[in-house]
Amino acid sequence: MITFDTVSKHYRGQTVAVDKLSLTAPTGKLTIFVGPSGCGKTTSLRMVNRLIAPSSGRILLDGEPTDTMDVAVLRRKIGYVIQNAGLFPHRTVVQNIATTARLNGTPKDQALRIAHDLLERVGLSSAFANRYPWQLSGGQQQRVGVARALASDPKFMLMDEPFSAVDPVVRGQLQDEFLRLQRDIGKTIIMVTHDIDEALKLGDQVVVLRTGGTLAQVATPQELLARPADDFVADFIGRDRGYRVLGFAEFAKGGVPLGAEPTATLGATPETLRQIATDRWVLVTDPLNRPLGWADVDSLKGPLRDGDLNLSGTLAVEGSSLRHVLDAVLSSPSGRGVIVGQSGELMGTVTLSHVAEAIEAARTGRLGTQP
Amino acid sequence: MRFDWLYRESGRIAELFLWHLGLSVIPVVIGLLLALPLGWLAQRAGFFRSTLLGAAGLLYTIPSLALFVLLPLVLGTRILDPMNVVVALTVYALALLVRTVSDGLESVPPDVIQAANAMGYRRLPRLFVVELPLAVPVIAAGLRVAVVSNVSIVSVAALIGTPQLGLLFTQGLQLRFLTPIIAGIVLCVLLAALLDGLVLFAAKRMTPWQPGGAER
Ligand SMILES: Nc1ncnc2c1ncn2[C@@H]1O[C@H](COP(=O)(O)OP(=O)(O)O)[C@@H](O)[C@H]1O
Ligand SMILES: [Mg+2]
Repeated sequence: MITFDTVSKHYRGQTVAVDKLSLTAPTGKLTIFVGPSGCGKTTSLRMVNRLIAPSSGRILLDGEPTDTMDVAVLRRKIGYVIQNAGLFPHRTVVQNIATTARLNGTPKDQALRIAHDLLERVGLSSAFANRYPWQLSGGQQQRVGVARALASDPKFMLMDEPFSAVDPVVRGQLQDEFLRLQRDIGKTIIMVTHDIDEALKLGDQVVVLRTGGTLAQVATPQELLARPADDFVADFIGRDRGYRVLGFAEFAKGGVPLGAEPTATLGATPETLRQIATDRWVLVTDPLNRPLGWADVDSLKGPLRDGDLNLSGTLAVEGSSLRHVLDAVLSSPSGRGVIVGQSGELMGTVTLSHVAEAIEAARTGRLGTQP
Repeated sequence: MRFDWLYRESGRIAELFLWHLGLSVIPVVIGLLLALPLGWLAQRAGFFRSTLLGAAGLLYTIPSLALFVLLPLVLGTRILDPMNVVVALTVYALALLVRTVSDGLESVPPDVIQAANAMGYRRLPRLFVVELPLAVPVIAAGLRVAVVSNVSIVSVAALIGTPQLGLLFTQGLQLRFLTPIIAGIVLCVLLAALLDGLVLFAAKRMTPWQPGGAER
């Protein structure tokens, strides 16, 4: 647990950067500080490991005030990840990772063993172990930065825009992998981002700050979307709030009846397709019953080939959010959204009216819990 | 060119060469050892930096001959004592290297310093483990300038009679005889190239992590 107790920061000759911030980042959870540029996110974060000294107020780790601790000892207890990783250019990847363990007194051999293990955990092959940072891409450096922070197995972690400097595709991957990792390790983390989507995707708890360094709202992502505290928060979260809230509503198994969908395989003749079709569109699967695309019965001239398939429909994995399911329906040429199992096998299809019912059920369920 | 003269004098020339080598290298080594703490101080303290670097720059503008002649008055040494040359050249090397060390430490990326601080490095370990190793390329570049320019400044000390290759120039002038002058020039250039290459080689060995360095 990291506690901010009326923490303020005034830079010399400046207006306030952080103004009487009080909040708690709960143990084992990922708390995200989000807000427009210059609202004091980085300043707040860096006051935790005293890279910046608060002007007033206190910060406590598990109830223990940080201002009386030895500063190096304090910092060694806290993992720290920054935007451009900040790796040591003159150390190899494993040496970089081992740094925090070494600083905490782990013998060299053991620290290197830990580093090799972590390399794998953050999704890098052992081929990278002896490379130097300049030989890695930005995304790979960032993974090493995360591994380095983890090598001392700290209880707490601070992350300042850790995924901002990489391209959107890599960013998505890093986020997903980090979520999986955090599910295993359950560190107490504060992460800073200016990207509200990242905050809503990753956060257990989201702290919205406004310019001037004041607290606007502390809430779970769902609450934030459903009940923004004021205009500023609503504006900051942006449009599509109603749609995005579906991203947090799980498409419950059995909540919506899955329709049985007749399927064909490649090579089927137009006659066969017409026999099994319920309308213009027939779902085509591979021999393992994994959906490939939709065939348009009306325009088919000869036996079904790859090139005849309409690929516009997205697939929703069973147990994913209503947002994905709705997208599967809306993008499907037949109007039937395809639901697949964990290994990609066809489970069935859903229609828009079924999804609408599920959305309505989720909405009333949500309203039911409102005070 | 009178090779018979060279052959006859080879023993003395070799001796002068070794003197020249010593007088070029020793001051740079001492200068570097002094420049490391001073450069570090200069880089850390903002106001101190400009004063220190300014003073160092001024030192470099004092003509070498003036230093050679004045130092005995300051140090109480005899005018022919090679110690005068060593001290004078150390002053030059120091003047050059303080800035070099300070620039070298300045060249360490701020991200890296911040990460080191955030991980809990204390000041001195950070200096020795992180900053100095990363400053090696810049410091080595300054060292190359220092040794090469020292090789040429040393020969000026011929005017006050200190043994080194410069004596071949004065001798050649006095005897109106070209051979010692050519031999002196060739050996000075050789020595400069040798020392330059040595620094370059050592720096490469110390920075296998640099792009374009030893490929892994
Ligand atoms: N070292 C500093 N000196 C003076 N002002 C600063 C300093 N660092 C940040 N600020 C100011 O404090 C405010 C908050 O900065 P910061 O915490 O970096 O914001 P954020 O990370 O949310 O973008 C900004 O107005 C910024 O200009
Ligand atoms: Mg910031």
